[in-house]
Amino acid sequence: MKLYISEGNPHCLKVLAAVEQTLVQCDVQCVIHEERGGPFLSRPALPALLLPSGHHLFSSNAICQYLFETSGQKPHTLINQWLEWETTELQPALLQALHMAVLQGKATEASKILQRPLSYLDQCLSKGTTPYLTAETVSVVDVVLWGALHPFLSDSSPALGEWKSVQAWFERLAGEKACQAAAQRVLPGKSLEALKSFMQRQPAPHSSQRRGAESCNSTPSEAEEAVRVVSEEEMETAALAWSRGLTACPEPTKRQHPILPQEGRRNLLLTSALPYVNNVPHLGNIIGCVLSADVFARYGRLRGWNVLYVCGTDEYGTATENKAREEGLTPQQICDKYHAVHADIYRWFQVDFDYFGRTTTKKQTEIAQDIFWRLHERGFLLEDTVEQLRCEGCRRFLADRFVEGVCPYCSYPEARGDQCDKCGRLINAVELKNPLCKVCSKTPIIRSSKHLFLDLPKLESQLEEWLDKSTGTGDWTANAKQITRSWLRDGLKPRCITRDLKWGTPVPHPDFADKVFYVWFDAPIGYLSITANYTNQWEKWWKNPEQVELYNFMAKDNVPFHSVVFPSSLLGAQDNYTLVNHLVATEYLNYEDTKFSKSRGVGVFGDMAKDTGIPSDVWRFYLLYVRPEGQDSTFSWADMALKNNSELLNNLGNFINRAGMFVTKFFEGCVPAMELLTEDKTLLAQVGWELRQYISLMDKVKIRDALKHILNISRHGNQYIQVNEPWKKIKGGDQDRQRAGTVTGVSVNIACLLSVMLQPYIPTVSQTIREQLNAPAACVGTMLHAAGSFVCSLPAGHTIGTVSPLFQKLEADQIEALKKRFGGQQAQNTNQAPPVAAPAPVATNDEAVVSGADPEKAKQLTQAVAEQGDKVRVLKAQKAEKAAITLEVNKLLELKKQLALAEGKSPEPAAQKGKKK
Amino acid sequence: MALKELSSLEKFLGLKKHNKYSTQGDNKVPVLQSNNGPVVGLLTVCSHLVNEAKRPELLGSSTEHRAMVHQWLEYRVTKVDGCGREEVKTVLKDLNLYLQDKVYLTGNCFTLADALMYYGLHPLVVDLAVHEKEQYMNVTRWFDHLQHYPGLRHHLAPVVVLRNRVYTSGHH
Repeated sequence: MKLYISEGNPHCLKVLAAVEQTLVQCDVQCVIHEERGGPFLSRPALPALLLPSGHHLFSSNAICQYLFETSGQKPHTLINQWLEWETTELQPALLQALHMAVLQGKATEASKILQRPLSYLDQCLSKGTTPYLTAETVSVVDVVLWGALHPFLSDSSPALGEWKSVQAWFERLAGEKACQAAAQRVLPGKSLEALKSFMQRQPAPHSSQRRGAESCNSTPSEAEEAVRVVSEEEMETAALAWSRGLTACPEPTKRQHPILPQEGRRNLLLTSALPYVNNVPHLGNIIGCVLSADVFARYGRLRGWNVLYVCGTDEYGTATENKAREEGLTPQQICDKYHAVHADIYRWFQVDFDYFGRTTTKKQTEIAQDIFWRLHERGFLLEDTVEQLRCEGCRRFLADRFVEGVCPYCSYPEARGDQCDKCGRLINAVELKNPLCKVCSKTPIIRSSKHLFLDLPKLESQLEEWLDKSTGTGDWTANAKQITRSWLRDGLKPRCITRDLKWGTPVPHPDFADKVFYVWFDAPIGYLSITANYTNQWEKWWKNPEQVELYNFMAKDNVPFHSVVFPSSLLGAQDNYTLVNHLVATEYLNYEDTKFSKSRGVGVFGDMAKDTGIPSDVWRFYLLYVRPEGQDSTFSWADMALKNNSELLNNLGNFINRAGMFVTKFFEGCVPAMELLTEDKTLLAQVGWELRQYISLMDKVKIRDALKHILNISRHGNQYIQVNEPWKKIKGGDQDRQRAGTVTGVSVNIACLLSVMLQPYIPTVSQTIREQLNAPAACVGTMLHAAGSFVCSLPAGHTIGTVSPLFQKLEADQIEALKKRFGGQQAQNTNQAPPVAAPAPVATNDEAVVSGADPEKAKQLTQAVAEQGDKVRVLKAQKAEKAAITLEVNKLLELKKQLALAEGKSPEPAAQKGKKK
Repeated sequence: MALKELSSLEKFLGLKKHNKYSTQGDNKVPVLQSNNGPVVGLLTVCSHLVNEAKRPELLGSSTEHRAMVHQWLEYRVTKVDGCGREEVKTVLKDLNLYLQDKVYLTGNCFTLADALMYYGLHPLVVDLAVHEKEQYMNVTRWFDHLQHYPGLRHHLAPVVVLRNRVYTSGHH
């Protein structure tokens, strides 16, 4: 058995004294502070006892107890109780006191902190009949408490005068040999001084701020979510901003097509990766590009920037030809059909493109061929021959996925032209043994064919120079920078830009007449041609790097084409093209515990989302809430229900609805006069801070992080209402009614701010809120102007509209059914933990769903409801005046409502039932 | 909170008689009036209940085992309770590493330490996103096991735990 201790560590005192006292055989090793106590702890913890079994004890009290029990002293309730008191009551006070005395030199104040525990100890000792705490002899409790108090009491014994019994007990122990030996070894000389280096490494004690006091279902990981202290100055600034109101605000400019860059404005050109036409996009595709770009485009428009957002379907390539063959249509027919499918889906998701085009247009041919010729003229294209498989039966070269054969590595008979499904190795199609054409099953022949290559090595230095500038000044996501860097590090090789296919943009060079451009060369040019189909002044966007900032949105697999290959084409073409300034790439979104898979029917695809009956805004909210920003994330039905019920319904919807309902019910729909107190100003400052965080994050396209700050605001708001209880105050005297008015007025203004901040995320609900509040259009521009300021946009006297609930609860059985429907094979996994709500009785279902519930409070409220109920019954039995009864009944109803809230149920169950879409 | 926990524990232990508890001080320390006077403190009351139910093995079956149970009970009330948002991460990280090769907190059998740690961690685990649950996989596994331990869950909502790993690195 080995005991590790270190000098100057107060916790080692008791342990060492216990070893001496119990005489248990133990190898004591003195180590330096930094060594770790237990192998699994992130903070070094000493003392540590290595048990014969190989386990570690890192708690000094557990070690002491172990030593005493080994020597025959069995633990019992009184011992347990003292040890628990020592860890939970005495130690926190001691830590704080030592911190003050040792590091801040405030010895007197430090001893004040210890007054309470010391007087408790004194009481117990004086009432007791034994010289020691639990018995006639020294027990583990005495040693533990002595060790804890030694550094303090041995140094400032005069302070002990008040507590005679403690003093006598302490002196008795200090006389024990075991204690003397321990003190000498751990804290030689002046004890407090010796503790200095130990205390410096301890985290500063915090006055016990308990978690769970406020409901929080957001990730507890962000440091800035910690409770912020609001300074006087912040409060006054916030109050001043608030009082300015909507006076000097610019009207939001109406969008007029065609949108063109304007002098003196921020001109943003937004693209999202062009979805490939022959697939229905799944949720991962949607969040990865079009939805993310949409949120930023909407935000940019609110900020008053001049935004053009274009996208379209990518339609050329082998996959389209293949699909056409499958469905017996021409490639063009396939494209027409699926282009419409895509457009429909994005419309349903409320993706507000300025233009949604396609790549199979004349402009595409024109622009692609122009870029090609410019590259050719400037010597950036190389010629080379490539060996390819050609099927004489079909009279065409076979794309990799049209060949099957025996794997040259593992002899798997059905290896594909690019990869073997069995051994997973990448294969060159010409290496396959016994290759067969997948269409006609004939054996293809190897033919060499001439192709053109983009000379990337020649463009490399130019590209690097541009990349340094762009990544240095723009907002590139970390993954985009990293992927780009790794491509450059490996060195660039010439890349083939032509293919032996029919369905593509024809290569205009006469030597390559039967060929088309490879999609990777062709597709990004789609951004230009789609813009050209939108306006014939497209060059004002695409050949104007001085005025235009280009944002590319995509999933990370698309990064190299946008950061290396396409910019190289444009740089080589030398026509002053606008190159990407901000490359925003997401990670992957997974589906439940697997990947989205069309072939296995796993996952939700764009066209199915609307069939779920869940509103588009809720889909948007959840996808943005789990946006794979910085790391992969997961779509999970249970989590979606949870976030809908806890965040949208109970947090956001509940707050906005309550604020509006108070105005309607208590003030006839008219915003009351507001007299701001310190508490209100604190809230204004908090809300203002969250708003500024939101803006600074959104400016950097941190969409998911920014959303958290919106939800924080409504959390602040809910708390504010809960604390101030306007529904009670409204029934009080003049002063109370005034207070109810202020709280209601401030809350409804926060609701208005929320509607603005939510617009990029959930546009329909945002619009509904503004309609319900009858909010002036100018509120948008004012509050999101510059760094952002929270102003009073609904002044006293403003009349609001009709308020109704905004969200609907997602029920567990509904979600379970959806999960089954879209789960593919995974639905059969019955071992899965019960999602959302277990088959508990209906009444407790809500508790399971909502983590914002507060059981402690619920308990108190249950009691209060019961008491109030009795009161009402007594009054009724006494046949009291009707007014008096009504008053008490109202109180009862209010209590019940609060109880429902505390239990995490929706406060107005009847009202929430109304289906809202 | 502590009171709900105590009543769940009573049910778990199969105690017929349901005790009345009071609390003392700002920290709402639970107090039980027993035949031998008051029993103060969550851990002390719980240990008392375990002895009442004649299940001493739940406090550990050897001196060494009892010390470990003691240590984790203490960890629960000092580190897990009242931990700030930043500390949550440290707690979960440490526990995750610790539980890597363990079925229960103190080894191969269930003890009071598991029960109280489960009650104490519940509010933290409820707040975790799927990817965080996965990040602290060993904690999640242990937690899921505990919430399915017969008769233990009572007042707490079940937490959804996915069985398969989602974030296997480098699947592309």
